[in-house]
Amino acid sequence: MTRMHDMGGRFGDGPVRPDAEDAPVFAEDWHGRALAVTLAAGALGQWNIDTSRHARERLAPKDYARFSYYEKWLAGLATLLVEKQVLRAEDLAQTSDGGDGTGAAAVAPHPLAARALKAADVAAALAKGGPADRPSEVAIAYAPGDAVRCRRPGGNRLVDGGHTRLPSYAVGALGRIVRVHGTHVLPDSAAHGLGEAPEPLYAVAFAASELWSAPEHPGDEVVLDLWQSYLEPV
Amino acid sequence: MPHDHCDHPHSLLPPDPALRVKALETILTRKGLIDPAALDEIIDTYQNRIGPANGARVVARAWSDPAFKADLLADADPLLADLGFYGRQGEHVVVVENTPAQHNMVVCTLCSCYPWPLLGIPPGWYKSDAYRARAVREPRKVLAEFGVSLPQDTSVRVWDSTAEVRYLVLPMRPEGSDGMSEDELTALVSRDSMIGTGLARKPEAPA
Repeated sequence: MTRMHDMGGRFGDGPVRPDAEDAPVFAEDWHGRALAVTLAAGALGQWNIDTSRHARERLAPKDYARFSYYEKWLAGLATLLVEKQVLRAEDLAQTSDGGDGTGAAAVAPHPLAARALKAADVAAALAKGGPADRPSEVAIAYAPGDAVRCRRPGGNRLVDGGHTRLPSYAVGALGRIVRVHGTHVLPDSAAHGLGEAPEPLYAVAFAASELWSAPEHPGDEVVLDLWQSYLEPV
Repeated sequence: MPHDHCDHPHSLLPPDPALRVKALETILTRKGLIDPAALDEIIDTYQNRIGPANGARVVARAWSDPAFKADLLADADPLLADLGFYGRQGEHVVVVENTPAQHNMVVCTLCSCYPWPLLGIPPGWYKSDAYRARAVREPRKVLAEFGVSLPQDTSVRVWDSTAEVRYLVLPMRPEGSDGMSEDELTALVSRDSMIGTGLARKPEAPA
């Protein structure tokens, strides 16, 4: 029931290879382009951040493993553009024929073209952001210090195989509330067009010994941000 | 419906990733859905204007001004908005303070969540499988790969960014930095020290 992206705690990935602090922000020019195309396409307003995360997560496991970071972004974007009917599969296929667009026959105006992000609006759009806190009718059930347990089984309870932000390494684990973040959009719902369903969000601390069979140190902890419906009282 | 596919739309695009981006950009531009000049602007923003210097200013101020630090740890968002550091991927920020008793470190095991308005676009290692997989299970081994070794009586708290809350580590102010101005202090604040995979730089000994 897990997907490839849910890799917290996994073995076998080898060492982390730190970059110099002054390394280029984008190691290749196309990385920056991939980021920018993704943000600009997102500005068309046809999906939210949870939908776009899910589009990357549900790449076929083989693709997820072999694609570099920004290749996953591009694949997720291609999926969303077709699924949300911004483009047709034929439009994508035509790009492979070597055409650069300059000599192409004029295309009819796209119904979303009026929403295209203009250069002059980029700074304002990035500064505006997309806050996830919303008023909610779900009462806050826990306070800092309260013991809670992550529900088992994990996974999306609204959509089988759907998006969730409860990592599998924390499923069933006993923790305690360390911070109440207010009420936030529930990704499990918002990723699937089922509404924002805002509910309380908490920072929950787990002893390393609760999560790992060979914890490095008895005092170490992992803190996760978890929605109230991911938790059960203890 | 999880929308799993057998007909992956990405397979319709050229296999080379640079050409794949170009293909998407071309078709979206032809349809009037994106403006290449807007893409240039986005790239320029994150290449040249929004980066770890923003976070370093926040840290240097917190080191210099106890009242600012107290407010920052209690509720960072209004202060960051005043400094102009509110924005995409930094809408809800929590600042966590390193102390001799506790070292904080930030990861996103599920994707690559990171406080963009404060630190810019995450470095390659932050997005790597190795960091995402291992930071939660063996943070001390990961820290050693960054050349950081913590005292045995310092506990590690790893923050897995699973929601839209973004975490910034407030590193400990290094010894020998007394009397330095806020501007001078910013030079001691490395990017990695604000992720928790590094410590603040020690000031260079006076010549």
